[in-house]
Amino acid sequence: MKYYDKLIFELGRKGRSGYSLPKSFASAPAVPENLARKTPLELPEVSEPDVVRHYTNLSQMNFGVDTGFYPLGSCTMKYNPKINEEVANHPLFTGLHPLQPRETVKGAIEMIEGLDKTLAEITGLKHFTFLPCAGAHGELAGLMLMREYHLARNDFARTKVIVPDSAHGTNPASAAVCGLEIVEVKSRADGLVDVEDLKPLLGAEIAGIMMTNPNTLGLFEREIGEIAKLVHDSGGLLYYDGANMNPLLGKVRPGDMGFDILHLNLHKTFSTPHGGGGPGSGPVGVAESVLPYLHIPVVSGFHGNYSVMMKAYAYILMLGRENIKMAGPLATLNANYIKESLKDCYKLPIPSICKHEFVFDGLINDGAHDDVPGATTLDIAKRLLDYGFHAPTIYFPLLFSQALMIEPTETESKETLDEFIAVMRKIAEEAAEDPNILRSAPHNTPVSRPDETTAARNPIVKA
Amino acid sequence: MGTFAYFPHTEEDIRAMLKRIGVSDLEDLYSDVPNAFKYKGEYELPEAMSEQEVRGYFENLGRKNVQLKVFVGQGAYDHYVPSIASYITSRSEFLTSYTPYQSEISQGTLRYIFEYQSMICRLTGMDVSNASIYDGPSAAAEALRMMLASSRKRKKLVLSSAVLPHVREVVKTYMKYSDAELVIAEDVLAELGPDVAGVLVPQICKHGRLKDLDGYAEKIHDAGALMAVYCDPSTLAVLKSPAEWGADIAVGEGQSLGLPLNYGGPYLGFIACKKEHLRKLPGRIVGQTTDANGKRCFVLTLQAREQHIRRERATSNICSNQSLMCLWATVYLSLMGPEGLKKVNRLSSEGAHYLYDRLIATGKFEDTHKDKPFLKEFTLKPLCDVAKLQKALLDGGYFAALRLENGELNFCVTEKHSKAEIDELVKIVEDL
Repeated sequence: MKYYDKLIFELGRKGRSGYSLPKSFASAPAVPENLARKTPLELPEVSEPDVVRHYTNLSQMNFGVDTGFYPLGSCTMKYNPKINEEVANHPLFTGLHPLQPRETVKGAIEMIEGLDKTLAEITGLKHFTFLPCAGAHGELAGLMLMREYHLARNDFARTKVIVPDSAHGTNPASAAVCGLEIVEVKSRADGLVDVEDLKPLLGAEIAGIMMTNPNTLGLFEREIGEIAKLVHDSGGLLYYDGANMNPLLGKVRPGDMGFDILHLNLHKTFSTPHGGGGPGSGPVGVAESVLPYLHIPVVSGFHGNYSVMMKAYAYILMLGRENIKMAGPLATLNANYIKESLKDCYKLPIPSICKHEFVFDGLINDGAHDDVPGATTLDIAKRLLDYGFHAPTIYFPLLFSQALMIEPTETESKETLDEFIAVMRKIAEEAAEDPNILRSAPHNTPVSRPDETTAARNPIVKA
Repeated sequence: MGTFAYFPHTEEDIRAMLKRIGVSDLEDLYSDVPNAFKYKGEYELPEAMSEQEVRGYFENLGRKNVQLKVFVGQGAYDHYVPSIASYITSRSEFLTSYTPYQSEISQGTLRYIFEYQSMICRLTGMDVSNASIYDGPSAAAEALRMMLASSRKRKKLVLSSAVLPHVREVVKTYMKYSDAELVIAEDVLAELGPDVAGVLVPQICKHGRLKDLDGYAEKIHDAGALMAVYCDPSTLAVLKSPAEWGADIAVGEGQSLGLPLNYGGPYLGFIACKKEHLRKLPGRIVGQTTDANGKRCFVLTLQAREQHIRRERATSNICSNQSLMCLWATVYLSLMGPEGLKKVNRLSSEGAHYLYDRLIATGKFEDTHKDKPFLKEFTLKPLCDVAKLQKALLDGGYFAALRLENGELNFCVTEKHSKAEIDELVKIVEDL
């Protein structure tokens, strides 16, 4: 990657332009003086070739799944098939206006219905709403559904939701935005939700529980059957955070475990590209009991992120009933393979079989000696960039101070994993010999570590 | 196992990997899953298709959609999409990356978001923009939440009934589950009082007419509340910016910045504000800094505002943005520049006024908003059989005359539409 230091604003010259528009054929009254803009509009004035070269140069400072291995835990950075892009960009779909009459968008609606049906089959639920545009947006819509379920029963006291201490940070945040109070349930030493801690928390004020299964440590919550019974018996509902659905693809259906509401991240489990932070799609599925309320939460303007949904459907059609069975197991195989290959160099707090991801708690030998501090998880992450890999998710979950969360996905070959394992071992050796190599990393990237403190203290957020 | 294009594992690989793990079978990797929860049925899914079959499948679906010339707006505008925008956004370095957590290898994403924030600030006149959120309606809801959070005691939020209906519905949904009292009013200023935290008004009403917001900011601020303006960023090349109206927050739908209609998404919600409100602004923000060697670089900043630090104290649960759509809009605005964007508005407005004059001349419509100016979108009261009109338009290949809640019909023209297309539309109306 090559450092390129321009901003588009620095390329322009007055009088240059990059647009091509048709000729005028009519006239219109000028915007009345009292409504017209007075401030000059300072947009770049650049030619089309300038624009193409600038953004191509920017792209070359970026790392994507197509560039290399991206083991970012909880993000399921699997390969994004190109046929998905082709079908989603098809002009027979891209030109449709969201308010067109139904009889003119039969193909578009058939696609939604097909996706609904396949997702219902894969998750063991009834139907989905596709309005949520991301995972956290799905959580919000799902919790609204949980509230609607209780409100419809005139059960107004259920204003609290239980969230495990290992949950994704968006879970409590979504609950707060939905007007719910958060009650935390603890994890046991084996990383699973403590059922004994859960029991006294349940009661007439609890709307439900939000769970991720497998949880953020990559561990299957094997007592889910008992948890579901306890929660349902106390009148609550079970919400499934689908961020970790990938290892269950083709193996286990959340509906069968007793979950009433779930969101899926189409941009994780169903292979749609993350686009540098979005657009995603976070459809919410429900069991029969919640079905009457499915269309109450209107969380986005039209039909959700439609073209993202098309990409997910193309992926499901490619997988089909034959290959879907292998997606979860191969993702799980890859994760366990890395875990077993590195546990002699990195601290493995919970040694059991993992699902699609697992968590190390830093190095066994971080190289600390005398006055020299050891290499931290941040340092390991930065050193990985030097070797051409994206870093794992770091410092999450919060249960371990040096958390390093690794998720390889099923689309990575044994050779890639072996290369990653070799580099992780090399980094462990480097740390033991001289942790400063890690502490000053990265050395081979377009920029070195940024000064984040100054960025936050004196924010410069526009040119 | 058979081979599948996205799974690289050979049987030999699987055997070797299982051996390293110390188990004998893939099934052993699910020994922690109680037997009762393992799905034993055959998934009722279609059989795997080849890529060619998938392509054909969507082609067939696409043919079931009627391709229409779009002459309706209402929050989704059929502006021209430059080829460069889709070309750049399909580059896989942008497309297949995640949120730029590792800034050293994400300078591409971080730089275009910084450029996007700068352009939104320049369009709206605000000091700071976030890195975008889901769409305009959800951005409006977040702006209202932001105003609520800025005032601890005041619990009332006022939404103008002139906003587009899809904005109103999303706002109502968000507010239903909060402790705020939402008032939807035609005369928002009449609702002001000591309990009002904020007011959201559109710059262009749901009937396409430009609103005069003179005096709003003064009255709203005097009452101790904040003012948010919902706007169409494309039109800000020619219309007074929210900052010029004295607003504290500018919010709206960025789809008009060269994004395809895409049957409603993905679109681009933006929120920008005055710097006093920076710490209440939800969503991601990119900031400029320097690296260890003094080189200019960019990072996600002010993350202490976000839920992964604050958890249950969070005022927003947003942890992503519509990043690729920011890039789309940024490339579009770079190509257009100030003159191009003004020209888009002028051409759209000229086409719309041409259509307006010709429709009025048919005698089949009445303008109930007569003295109120418009740009690209307007509504008319029908004096003819609406069902017949809409059917004739559809049969002629036009999506126009969308019926709104008040029974009036919506028309919208952009720079994409030629004189011949408009003449043909008018002919269909005349021939009714």
